[in-house]
Amino acid sequence: MMGHVPLSWFLMLSAVLFSLGVAGFIFRRNIITMFMSIELILNAVNLTFITFAYQRHDVSGHLFAFFVMVVAAAEAAVGLAIILTVFKNRGTLNIDDLDSMKN
Amino acid sequence: MDLILFLVFAGIAVVAAINVVVQRHPISSAVSLIAVMGSLAVLYLLLGAEFIAAAQVIVYAGAVMVLFVFVIMLLNAGGETKAGRSFVASLLGVPVLVALLVALLALLAFFSARLYPRDTEVHFGGFRGGTAQAVGRALFTTYLLPFEITSILILIAIVGAIVLARKELE
Repeated sequence: MMGHVPLSWFLMLSAVLFSLGVAGFIFRRNIITMFMSIELILNAVNLTFITFAYQRHDVSGHLFAFFVMVVAAAEAAVGLAIILTVFKNRGTLNIDDLDSMKN
Repeated sequence: MDLILFLVFAGIAVVAAINVVVQRHPISSAVSLIAVMGSLAVLYLLLGAEFIAAAQVIVYAGAVMVLFVFVIMLLNAGGETKAGRSFVASLLGVPVLVALLVALLALLAFFSARLYPRDTEVHFGGFRGGTAQAVGRALFTTYLLPFEITSILILIAIVGAIVLARKELE
């Protein structure tokens, strides 16, 4: 029918966002930008959950997205605290300079 | 109408997501990420997920991103310096990314075609089970145990964040 969106387009959008998140995680050297790329990946996965919840007419997908959201919020709090500590100790956010575990 | 809404906000989401990756300054990436999350909230509404759309705006675009912006400003993080990338990395980066995208699309196409041979048409109001009432009922009956475990997880996160942040004050 005209004006309706194929469900697969949502999945394609999700795949594109996921790939961009992975690209950001790999290409960026700033630890905060890498962390934001992880949030982008989680958002892409959430879109897939919501899309399949629509497909199956089942609210469970929404619950999974909700739990992903909660875990992402907790992860952001702890992760940013770790970034704060790393910056205070090392004075840099560049991931290439944080190589003390290399040797 | 639904198609126009999807195309507009999917376009905003993709452009802003590209902006997250290519911007040098973390603040620009953070603002772009807020745009991605806002447009995703609209798409959730289109898919009938009212509660999740509201939670997306409040929790993600509100709380989490404020935390990010706060930390960026607290650390006074400047733009990223250009790293001396290896030749192999700059040569392989984009092709590997495109390969990943193609693989993901192929996987999605394969499994969704197998599970659901007919592509469903999404229209607003096609699924009305995503209200706060429905989500709340499922959360406190079927998913009660994960919900309670989540509360412990958040408690641990709070304590961990406080311990980590307090160490620097001493």
